[in-house]
Amino acid sequence: MAINLSSSNLATRENRLGSITGYVGDLHDLASQSRCGSLKGCGRCFSQSSTCLSGCALSQLGGIRDVAVIHHGPSGCSATASSQYVVTNQVAAKRGVVNKSVYIGTDMDENDTIFGSTEALLNIILEVNRRYQPKVIFVSSSCATGIIGEDIDSVVEEAKEQISVPVIAVHCEGFKSRIWATGFDISDHAVLSGIVKPPKEKRNTINFKNFFESARDEIKEMFKHFDLDPIFLYANATIEELEHLSESVATTCICGTLGNYLGNGLEEAYGVPYIRTINPLGIAGFETWLKEIGRVAGKLPQVLAYIEEQRSIYIPQIEEVKKELKGLKAVLGMGPGYTFEVSRVLNELGMEVVWALAWHYDKKYENGEVPPAMSYLLDNDINFEASVADQQNFEVMNILNKYQPDLYLSRHPGSTVWAIKQGIPAVYVADEYMIFGYKHTLEFAHTVLDTVRNRSFEQNLAKRVKLPYTDWWYQQEVGSFLEEAIS
Amino acid sequence: MAKILDKQRYKCAMSAMQTVQAIDRAIPILHSGPGCAQKLSSSSGSSGYFSPNIYPCTSINEKDVVFGGVKKLESTIRHSLDVIDADLYVVLTGCIPEIVGDNTEEVVEGFKDAKKPVIYASTAGFKGNNYKGHEEVIDSIVDQLLEPSDIRVKNLVNIWADVPYQNEFWHGNFRELERLIEKLGLVPNIIFGYNKGLSNVKKIPAAQFNLLISPWVGLNNMKKMEQKLKIPYLHYPTLPIGAFETSKFLRTVGRYAGVPEEKVEAIIEEQEAYYYYYIERYADLFLETRVMSKQFTVVSDAHYALGITKFLVNDLGLYPAKQFVVDDTPKGNQEAVSSYFKDLNYGIEAEVSFETDGYKIHNEIKAHDYHGYPLILGGYWEKEVAKQTNAHFLNVSWPVNERLIMNSYYVGYDGGLKLIEDIYSVAKTRFN
Repeated sequence: MAINLSSSNLATRENRLGSITGYVGDLHDLASQSRCGSLKGCGRCFSQSSTCLSGCALSQLGGIRDVAVIHHGPSGCSATASSQYVVTNQVAAKRGVVNKSVYIGTDMDENDTIFGSTEALLNIILEVNRRYQPKVIFVSSSCATGIIGEDIDSVVEEAKEQISVPVIAVHCEGFKSRIWATGFDISDHAVLSGIVKPPKEKRNTINFKNFFESARDEIKEMFKHFDLDPIFLYANATIEELEHLSESVATTCICGTLGNYLGNGLEEAYGVPYIRTINPLGIAGFETWLKEIGRVAGKLPQVLAYIEEQRSIYIPQIEEVKKELKGLKAVLGMGPGYTFEVSRVLNELGMEVVWALAWHYDKKYENGEVPPAMSYLLDNDINFEASVADQQNFEVMNILNKYQPDLYLSRHPGSTVWAIKQGIPAVYVADEYMIFGYKHTLEFAHTVLDTVRNRSFEQNLAKRVKLPYTDWWYQQEVGSFLEEAIS
Repeated sequence: MAKILDKQRYKCAMSAMQTVQAIDRAIPILHSGPGCAQKLSSSSGSSGYFSPNIYPCTSINEKDVVFGGVKKLESTIRHSLDVIDADLYVVLTGCIPEIVGDNTEEVVEGFKDAKKPVIYASTAGFKGNNYKGHEEVIDSIVDQLLEPSDIRVKNLVNIWADVPYQNEFWHGNFRELERLIEKLGLVPNIIFGYNKGLSNVKKIPAAQFNLLISPWVGLNNMKKMEQKLKIPYLHYPTLPIGAFETSKFLRTVGRYAGVPEEKVEAIIEEQEAYYYYYIERYADLFLETRVMSKQFTVVSDAHYALGITKFLVNDLGLYPAKQFVVDDTPKGNQEAVSSYFKDLNYGIEAEVSFETDGYKIHNEIKAHDYHGYPLILGGYWEKEVAKQTNAHFLNVSWPVNERLIMNSYYVGYDGGLKLIEDIYSVAKTRFN
């Protein structure tokens, strides 16, 4: 589906990629149904809270250096302002830069839902500009403004006449998609349509979509071998860097879910190649990914030499720790950009995935293909039971109770504690680089090993707490509340 | 009308899900979009018996916006009763159902014979902030769950104070208030925190009186209970921190509850002796820290701004610069709240500004001459202005970041000592 940069709005993942949030089965079935187009997602007649797409969209944009995010809605919508501020400051301090971005709410009240508040919003935009002179102003809608039909686009147009920096409308009605990753696409769309400029010259940069650039230094060091300079997006990125994204050699990402809209958009609009391999987690992922970058950048010999050198350092160590991981059974619950990648790594490390949950599933990516992580598993004849659930914790607990794995791995705040309350050791794979490349794959393997060989904390807690779910629920099938296909 | 929220200090009414969460085995059921819980819940102290990921949620989508979400709400409540082992289910309505006009009351009415109580509260984000939302939840409990009691249990006192989670010391503060009230020979009844829950909620109507320790939040609840449950209330506006205010608090409550004066005075004498044993030992430090000047500013909700101001003036002998109340105090309460700040030792009156715009607050702090290093107690936002003004900074009010509070507290005699520890742990990071 073509990306339309002339509109401030974009289609949801459900509509663009046929993405689903309800499914129970196994990997082969999920993939074959995706390929033949028969996959239908299910709804639920009972569900638990998940995540709002506005959080994903605006935390991405708010991480860019020296911008303003104005979140037009009641005060709850902008409640993340303070956590955004602390993360922004901490990741900037780690890198030794200053990020003056601000996140502003508008405290919409009941009168505003009746009479509208476009005038107040315009004044707030002008005031924020006066106070902070941001390099770009993003103006976001919310559920409440969406339903009453507040015309954010017109307010933004009016503001543009009075402000010299870009003012960009960002449409974040929380009800429009159950898939919070749609928020990543929304942020990419805002950057592509409002900031990125057509290329003037080619540079040796590579656009690297990630979250908080924790492995920045080592990746920069690595790319020096290939005469490439990574631009990490969006935390700490400057507007000037974003303006020049169209001049890069390629775009890549640490998580396919996070990066696919920007990658496809830059390729479609400006011919910047998007690296569509499996992601650089684990050995096979890292090597496949790096070789493709080498191929695209015309640096394959240098990449192959680097791989050989690094393998000699790390592979023997990884082989050593693998012996102790062999046969461990794992359940994992993550976004699809990680679930199917981490499943592959666990398999590589000799562990057995007994069930994988993906918080959503994209039937086909923009290029019409099944996501590469999925293809890899199928091509290598790896299968396991799988389900799709937007962080439905009761389903996770039901699965953990039935399978009693040695380990649960997840990536979202508030998810690991429930596994340990059932006595199951958990590893929080929060940092996006936790399994990156040889070095972090080795570290990850050791973390898993250290976790399973001291189970004191989870055993102590599990012995003393009562679980919040009824016995009745533990006796049900995991998909009991799935109902008719919705698309 | 919409207004700029620059350095935001509160969340919306829907955040009252945290008030429900603070009641053991009570669970919110959210009739809202999918992400409200994740956004509005605290990341600190949330993985209790229930956590935000357990809250059932109708996760309203575009179709529900057009056709209404009552069917989904009904099925969500029905299944919640089967899946989740709770004592009380509180349906909270968000922005979407309240704008499109879902009849939540009617759906909840359908569960009046359910095996566990199901009630609802109107907490649309646009209806106000989480202080108002907190009051809404308490009102709903009174309206829908409680009936007037024929019996009055002598000395039973319902205690209302901090807004759970919004005031990060809520857990410890309630426990210490409980201990103080017990010292008076009264029987405290608190619904929030460890080992409380629905059984304490049910005791509310039998209490002899309600004790509200808060400048304005909760006053509406007290009036409602007075009217419906015929429970009188004692309004003590100041969170008692340190000896001066805590002794005054014990005298006031003792007098109201009919505790013999000599008993109260004996308790106070013992507690003050204990408190001043420590103050005496560390008084040289307070006097001889080169970097501690006399003037301070608190940026907080009225509850903490008032409690801390009184403590620093009346116990430690500091002098108030301007104080900033950032909880969007209703206009009708502002005059009373201001007056509490004028009742300080030696006729000192603290100037108070009701201001929700952090930019303006920071400009005022920067413009004020503190005659030395300022002492600023506030939200995490004040870390920045403290750096710009060379101030000592302690993060006491929401948002709280870069410090962990589990069960510590600032209330009472020990709470005062803890606040001093925290302030001087900051002051001691520099020599001059």
